[in-house]
Amino acid sequence: MTETLLEIDNLGVDYETARGDLKALRDISFDVKKGEIVGIVGESGCGKSTLISSILKLTAPNTRFRNGEVRFKGQDLLQNNERQMRSLRGSDISIIFQDPMQTHNPVLSIGAQMVDIQHRSKAAKADKRATAAKMLAAVGIPDPEARLDQFPHEFSGGMRQRIAIAMALMSEPDLLIADEPTTALDATLEVQIIERLHELQREMHCAVLFISHHLGVIAELCDRVVVMYAGAVVESGDVRAIFHDPKHPYTRRLIDCDPGHIKERARVLPTIPGEVPDLANLPTGCIFRDRCEQAGPRCAAVPPLAGIADGHNAACWLNHKGGVS
Amino acid sequence: MEKPRSELSLILRGVARDPLGLMGLIIVGTIIFCALFAVWLVPYDPIAMNIKDRLQGPSLNHLLGTDQLGRDTFSRVIMGGQVALKVALPAVFGAMAIGLTLGMIAGYGPKWLDNLLMLFFDTIRSFPTVMFALAVVALVGPSLETVVLVVMATSIPTYGRVARTQTLTLRNSEFILAERAMGASMTRILGVHMLPNIIGVLAVLAAMDIPTVIALEAGLSFLGLGVKPPTPSWGALLKDGYSLIRQTPWLVVGGGLPIILATLGFTFLGESLRDVVDPKLRKNR
Repeated sequence: MTETLLEIDNLGVDYETARGDLKALRDISFDVKKGEIVGIVGESGCGKSTLISSILKLTAPNTRFRNGEVRFKGQDLLQNNERQMRSLRGSDISIIFQDPMQTHNPVLSIGAQMVDIQHRSKAAKADKRATAAKMLAAVGIPDPEARLDQFPHEFSGGMRQRIAIAMALMSEPDLLIADEPTTALDATLEVQIIERLHELQREMHCAVLFISHHLGVIAELCDRVVVMYAGAVVESGDVRAIFHDPKHPYTRRLIDCDPGHIKERARVLPTIPGEVPDLANLPTGCIFRDRCEQAGPRCAAVPPLAGIADGHNAACWLNHKGGVS
Repeated sequence: MEKPRSELSLILRGVARDPLGLMGLIIVGTIIFCALFAVWLVPYDPIAMNIKDRLQGPSLNHLLGTDQLGRDTFSRVIMGGQVALKVALPAVFGAMAIGLTLGMIAGYGPKWLDNLLMLFFDTIRSFPTVMFALAVVALVGPSLETVVLVVMATSIPTYGRVARTQTLTLRNSEFILAERAMGASMTRILGVHMLPNIIGVLAVLAAMDIPTVIALEAGLSFLGLGVKPPTPSWGALLKDGYSLIRQTPWLVVGGGLPIILATLGFTFLGESLRDVVDPKLRKNR
């Protein structure tokens, strides 16, 4: 049994808005073990971004942590002050953002930025520069020494995302959060970037929290998957179990809707009818009830996230004795 | 660090490529050159009187003639340029430095501090500059330092507001979030990442502000509230020329022309600088 690195336990996060509290995350529980890649899947607005900002504690001012804990190496991050958090960010926990066109300072050269983020190190500037060049080479940027003097706008999107990966991994973090790192890139680049990320991950043996709505990438890369819907975990488990034997209707529909899984040519791509419920005004019972074809009377009560097999959990009454009726 | 120098030379090259910018560069360069080497350039002592040769027209001896006290106008014009820059540069760069600092704090700091600083800026801005200057000069007496301080105080809000707006736009940009996610402290974010993004805009603003300050100093000197006589200043030259216009027009020319040229020169330079520094046009460089 490998050591647990990140443990999210019963996390509840609200946004205070003029319309009342928006329950962005409810009872989120999952963990990430050392050196493991965990994928988080879900459609837009399901709380993925709130989850990331909660782990890093870079939340909007109207965020309220209602309950639960985010334990990193056994220490509850929610109890940490800003100073303690700052010492973790960029050293123990790193992040790659979604849009590589926006994540670099436009007026500083790549080299200046890569030297700057090593501000914790006491090394000489020339050494920091050498480290930066080495990292650029590791992510597959040719002629790294010369490219350090170039500015972000002189790089393509794929290059910039590689640079972002290089910057995130430079401190050899224990946990890397990848927030849809390939969504803004085209498909051929996506494969390259994912492969490079996977290689580096194996080399450094860091854990990765990989957020994506691209199921193919998740299936390829991740060891375990957490499926989120409307601010709650609906299913979590081993990547094989999730893709071959999904136990929650939402997971099943999500896989059915993935263009990579569609065998027949159709005029219209399949979708899940209905909309994500209003988080400020939550419906009672199962959160997916309104969009679920299999919903029954029992769904008026919230189903617990219960274990089905070893490490495989789902929140649906269908997996319980008596089904939904 | 070699980087900023090459950046600067790139910007200067960009300005020189634009005809108006080149003109501005030449005018501003000439003014700065004359001001720096004024002591060696002037043919006569600008405050030495020579009653015998008073109110002369232009000649080879006196390029722009002499005033009512027989002082050489050309020498006074060159010395006046030095005075004008002595007022304009410290005032503008002082205001820029203070405004930049306060504006960045207002834009990045807590809301209450922002409100407080904005109230401070608005209070200063509500005074008309000339009136404020007149009041201060009436209180403490005319001097070069007073003019510098008054101009600096009244232009802090302009820089502060621009710096604040830029900071507010930047603070929610993704790359600043990325820096915070990588553990950068507030001082690092402001100093290393925001400052280079803001400074260009403010530098342009400063270049455009210098002629205003030169004109203001001239105006105060014209009213007799700027630099003390016999210190030569373009405004003082205008003032003398104004009362002697029937005897000789050359004092007005000597005082007025450099003000017009300096204003045009700095404005051309500022506008050209704005186009070159504009990040949207950067890639063309």
